[in-house]
Order: sequence, then structure tokens, then C-alpha cells
Amino acid sequence: MSNLRILVPIKRVLDYAIKPRIAASGKAIDLTGQKMSLNPFDELSIEASVRLREAHGARISDILAFSAGPTKSQDALRTAMAMGADRGLLVDTNNELEPLAVAKILKKVVEKENINLVILGKQSIDDDAGQTGQMLAGLLGWGQATQAAEIELKDDVVKVVKEVDGGTETVQGKLPMVVTTDLRLNEPRYASLPNIMKAKKKKLDKETLESYGEGLQGRLEILEIAEPPPRQGGGKVEDVSGLVGKLKELGAI
Amino acid sequence: MPAEQASGNKVGQKSRRAIFRARDKYFVPAKTRRDNRRVPASEQLQGSKISAMNPSIVLRNATRAAVRRPLAQSVRIAVPALRVAGRRWASTEGAATTAAETEPTKKVTKLTADSYPNLQRGSHFSKITAEDVAYFESICPIISADRGATEDDLKPFNQDWMNKYRGQTRLVVKPKSTEDVSKILKHCNERKLAVVPQGGNTGLVGGSVPVFDEIVINMASMNNIRSFDEVSGILTCDAGVILETADSYLREHGYIFPLDLGAKGSCHVGGNVACNAGGLRLLRYGSLHGTVLGVEAVLPDGTILNDLSQLRKNNTGYDLKQLFIGSEGTIGIITAISIVCPQKPKSQNVAFFGVESFDKVQQTFVKTKQALSEILSAFEMMDSNSQNIVGQVTGRKHPLESKPPFYILIETSGSNPEHDSEKLNALLEDLMENEFISDGTLAESETQQKELWAWREGIAEALGHFGGVYKYDVSIPLKELYVLVDDVRAKMKDAGLLSTPENPENVVVDCVGYGHMGDSNLHLNVAVRQFDKRVEKVLEPFIYEWIQKRRGSISAEHGLGVAKSDFVQYSRGPTELAVMKGLKTMFDPNGIMNPYKYVKANA
Repeated sequence: MSNLRILVPIKRVLDYAIKPRIAASGKAIDLTGQKMSLNPFDELSIEASVRLREAHGARISDILAFSAGPTKSQDALRTAMAMGADRGLLVDTNNELEPLAVAKILKKVVEKENINLVILGKQSIDDDAGQTGQMLAGLLGWGQATQAAEIELKDDVVKVVKEVDGGTETVQGKLPMVVTTDLRLNEPRYASLPNIMKAKKKKLDKETLESYGEGLQGRLEILEIAEPPPRQGGGKVEDVSGLVGKLKELGAI
Repeated sequence: MPAEQASGNKVGQKSRRAIFRARDKYFVPAKTRRDNRRVPASEQLQGSKISAMNPSIVLRNATRAAVRRPLAQSVRIAVPALRVAGRRWASTEGAATTAAETEPTKKVTKLTADSYPNLQRGSHFSKITAEDVAYFESICPIISADRGATEDDLKPFNQDWMNKYRGQTRLVVKPKSTEDVSKILKHCNERKLAVVPQGGNTGLVGGSVPVFDEIVINMASMNNIRSFDEVSGILTCDAGVILETADSYLREHGYIFPLDLGAKGSCHVGGNVACNAGGLRLLRYGSLHGTVLGVEAVLPDGTILNDLSQLRKNNTGYDLKQLFIGSEGTIGIITAISIVCPQKPKSQNVAFFGVESFDKVQQTFVKTKQALSEILSAFEMMDSNSQNIVGQVTGRKHPLESKPPFYILIETSGSNPEHDSEKLNALLEDLMENEFISDGTLAESETQQKELWAWREGIAEALGHFGGVYKYDVSIPLKELYVLVDDVRAKMKDAGLLSTPENPENVVVDCVGYGHMGDSNLHLNVAVRQFDKRVEKVLEPFIYEWIQKRRGSISAEHGLGVAKSDFVQYSRGPTELAVMKGLKTMFDPNGIMNPYKYVKANA
């Protein structure tokens, strides 16, 4: 029965409650002055790793929160540490990183830090790519369980209940593994002030993008970003006979 | 029957109907009545769960509710026709009905006329005739018992939000313009027909519903935003605009409404002004007496008084609009207002603290004001009793793990996120290190901000869940703000009415205190399983005498209505009252405007 060294990659994204606005260029979302927060699916991953520690105690020897992005991403890492991660690692870069690039970086982190369980959010709410976890598992040659609604650890076996179309699917695999989180997994805790204070003292390392080698450039070009067509207004009818008349008009009855 | 989808989706008709039905249970749609009146959110979700008025909260709650459905699946289930998305909605049906099942059976609200036997229907008031009804019908849409409206149709207009007051009107008129209101009031004045102006009907003192058969003049159809000046920030709108609607409109333009309260999804701005509502951010943006620039009102005899100024400064004579602000519909009906609006904050933070004693609450208040100064926009205090009830009724987990006796919610609003965060973090460190607070949390996202606020804004609704609430909204010196709550709780215990571990089913569920600490305004609420004369005897006049001794206000922001009308002398001297009665008689010689309430002219 081995100890777990968990890696939790997180991303700082536009706050979930804010309506995105398209930048003047038409090729990006306008983020100037907007509130940024932790990707909600990543909150679930951190919560999941902290709950594993609560259930298995000292067996969880390390929880490493990781992010790749602009310097401000360290706020998100501090939040992750306030929720229970032990230390943070930031790859400080202003480059746009595509999921494959992130997966390659994560592979190097996994190898360097001797990670045996990676818990990621199933997708990030800015690009909705939903690819990083799966690509990472492919690069590492590890088993993967995506869209987890339940995670259970017994000895060196991880049992995951996955959300699938039409219901759920339960799988199990031996460590090391990659798991991605889905909405029903848990309800993330609030970071308490005492923990926020403690998190300020936890270790947060910084690296540059160069340390992760080649092959990280983007391969996709965004051609256009557009809002969905506006919702057509509905018509109002006065009463039941009006409704029936309207339906007849539309040829529905 | 839903139309067949063109796509080849094999979602069966039956399951699709189930999805729509289940989804509708969560996105409770506005019931369309003959008059297309929008049923207020508070009424739709009465008693069963916290009003989730913001769409992102509804979405988050929908997915959260999905968590709570018991999972009968540890094996692969073959449910071919039902997609996962559909399942999620189906599961919310489970969550919604569970909440509804625990709701107590609906009791019939007592008629206000029966609860207040000392109130007699004005002998000089006429009764509505068929000619009256026909005349009103020619002006605007009406809901009338003489046109087939049932008691259920009239109930939303006759009964208040707390289910404490019920009137006996047979006629509701819904004017669409100021001219309509003018014609209606002119007629009522000539015929000596009593009226009740009504907005969102979210008032807490029974001021917006009839006592006897007063005609309800409902302003919901007058809901246009007339104009907005982007440079000065001055908004002019009809009285029937819903507060949240006005606020959303302003937010699109980089401004906000200077008023915010829990009822914002249902209350009308006209009603807010008529009651001089205080709300959650009075501390920062001031009272409506300061922000309202102009009022358009129709006087009791039908004259239209157009004081709808858009001028920030206008010292040319008596400031008439101030009389209407807080007049509770007794000297005229407000039909439009103009109000100066503050900038939308670019940065907002919400923090929640746990505090071990009321002394520490006061110390924290001082420290917070000193550290945050101009960016502080709300400072709310709650006791653990109120938070326990919210947790019990909503089933949600409290943001703080510990169980302190007091909680504080603070909010900052500013134009520079770095500046605000720096000030706030410095304050948080100071409060924690010097043990002013024992626990706390800081919202990390907008969603968390709204969730934290829900623990404060949802108290009123959660309290009503058990059957009834006695509400007292008082202004008392800050030092003694919580003493009143302890005193009342002790009295309830001595009278044997308070629920205790030994007697868990006593009529009083609990006495809670919470409120706008920043304004020295306490909301003392006694949650009961049903309204009970024994409870009232203990509460009144004890509370009013307690307040009078400390020269406080028996109604800080809720107003007088019916509930406090007989107790106004505890906060106002005889000379003041005499002048007020003179004003009332001058404006409304026939006494038709919202009689039996407020400062009674003939009492």
C-alpha cells in the first residue's frame, strides 16, 4: 500500500457568474478589469484531494497545487492551499497554453515530483476543451477515469463512478492514475480565514516555461469568437382560446 | 403535447415531458393570469426554499441539488431513453418535493379585521356599486368579484407576504398610466371609496393590503423605465418597476440602484420610496431621503403633483417630495420617481466572520470602519440562532465550520481591486491575529459572494417556514443592540413558551436577532409555529416600553402599516403627532388613502 502524492492542476479563469464579453478583435474574450476566480471544476479537485486526506490520513503524504499562467495565478494557488493543498507550483508565463502543452508540462511535473495520482477538473470554463486530463493519461501511459462523481481509494486501487450518457459507469484501476472531476463529486468548502493566513506561509515555487522544454507552442489559431444568436421573444396569448388559435395558426394542431 | 423533434434523438415523449415538468418545478415560471400579472418570486417559493433570484445561483443550486438525490446506482444502468441532462433535472424534482413535503400544511390566515377588533370600517366610506366597477373597467384592467374573480384570484392582493394579514377587497384596479391613477382617485374621492396603494406587496407591517373592502390600486402595470442620464447617473422610472429590474438595467450602464434588500426580486421602487426602505447598503449609499431627487404623485383628490425633478440641487421652496418618502400611501400614490444612482463597483469583496461575544462584534465594527473606511458597503450582524434556522430550513452546510454565537458579514465596494484587497487583507490579518474574530472566510468568487449573502438575506424567509413570525425592526443604541434579544428570549423561557430540548414542540421556535449593525438597526424576530395571543402578550408592550426607555425607534425601516400604528406614541411625542395628523387631514380630508394604518388622523 503506497503513499499518495497527489497533483492538482488548477486554472485561473473568468469568474463563473460573469457574462463574458467579446474583445474588439473578435478573437478573444475581453478580460480587462474582470473578476477572475478558480475554475469551478478545479475547486472540486482540490476538495476531492483534501477529502482523501481526511479519509486516509497520513497515507496522503503530499498535495501539490499546480498552475500555468500569468503571475496573478498565484492568487488561485493560494486559494488552493487555503483549502488544503500543501504547496504550490506556478509556471509563470503569459503565453496561451493549449491542453496538449499543459499535458506535456504536467508530465514533466509528475516525473519530477514522483506523483502517483493526478486529479484535474474535467474542463475549464473558459475554453471548455475537456482534453488535458485525457492527454496527460495518454502521455504517461496511465489509466484514466474521467467525469468522476465518486472517488474511492482502497489500498492501491482507485474506484471511480463516472458520469456517462444515460447514467453512470463504475470503473476501477490501480495507481498511478489520472482522474477528472465532474459536478456531482462534492461541494467545495469555503477557505477559512485561519487557513488563508496559514496558506500565506506555505511554499509556492515558481518556474519559467523554458524549463519544460520544447513542443509547447500552440497549434490552433482562433478565427472568430461570436455570441450565440439572441433569443427570439415569445408571443403572449390572452387566454386558452387564444392559445388554441395560435397553435392552429402554427399548424401544430 | 410537445412537438416531435426534427433531430433523430430517441428521447421518448413521456420522459421528455417528465424533464419539462421536473425542470419547471425548479425554474418556477410566472403564472400567467387573465391580467398577465407576474406572481412575485417570494410567493412562488413561499415556505419551501430560499428564493434563488439570480440565475447563476439557480444554476448552481440545480446542480447542487442533483448531488442530494440518493443514488441507487453502483452498477451500470441501462436507461436508454433518458439522457444525463434529463436525469439531472429529474433529480431536482426529488430535491424540490422533499423540501415541500416538510412544509407545514397551509393554514388559513386570519382576517386582519378579526385580529384587530378595535378597527372599525369607516362609517363614512361608501360601498362599491356596479356603476363604480363599470367606471373603473373603462379606465384600466380590473380584477373584480363582480366579474367572476374568486377568493383565490383576489388572495395575492388581499394577503401579505408573511401570511399574517388578510383583507376583504372585492376589487383590484391596475392602472397603466399616471392619468389612469388620477381618474381612479378622483372618482374614489368623490364617492368616498377607501383605497390601498399596492406595489410588490412585500411589506412587513401589513401596510400594503386592505383591512376591509378598500379598493386595491396595484401599480404592477406601470413598469416603464422612463429615462436614464449616463453622465449624471439620474434614473427616472415608473413606480411599478421591480427593484431588481431597475438595478439590472443600471448595471448594464455601469451604475447601480442605491438601494438593496432581500425582497428585490418582487418589490417595486415606488413602494420602496413610499416606505423609505433602508436595506443592506444604507451605510454606504445613504437613505432614500437623500438619493431620491423627485417624485411624481397623484393626490387623494386626483390632482397630479409633478415634482419629478432631475436636479441634484433645487432650493426653491418646501421640499414636497420628502413628505411622500415614507408616507406609506396615506397622502397620495407615487407614480414615478427620479433617483441619483452611484457607480457600479469594479471590485467587490464579501467576508464572513465568527465572533465570540457581542462586545467583540462592536470592537470588530470599529476596527472595520477604521481599516476599510470609504470602501465598506455593508456590515451585517447575525446570531447563531438565525443561522441554525437557515441551515435547518435550506439543508445547506454553513460556510463556517465552528459554531460561534455571533456572525458578521461585511462587504466592500470600490473602483480598484488591488487597493481594496490590500486594505481588506490587512484588516483580516489584524482581526485574526488580535482575536477580535475567532473564525471567518473570504469569498473567492462571485458565486461564493452570493452564497454568503444568502445566509443573511435568506433569514426572513427561513423563519417563516415554521408557521409564523413576529417581526420587530428597531433602532436602539449600538451598545445594547443584542440585549433586547436576550431579554425577550428569557421572557419566553420564563413564560414556558420557548422550545427547549425538554419541550421541543412549544409554540415559540426561537428568538433571533440580526440586522444592519452599521445603522444600529436590529431585526428581532420570534419564529412561532402559529400566531398565538400568549406570545403577543409577552412581546407587547414589553418591547415598545424597552425601546421607549432608551429613546429608540419602534420601527427603524419597516414602517408603521397596521402592525405598529397603535404604538407610534412610543417613539413620537404628542406635538409631532399633532402636526402629522394636520398634514394628513390637509392632503386627504376624506381619509380614503390607506385608512386604519400609519398615523391615524382621527385617533
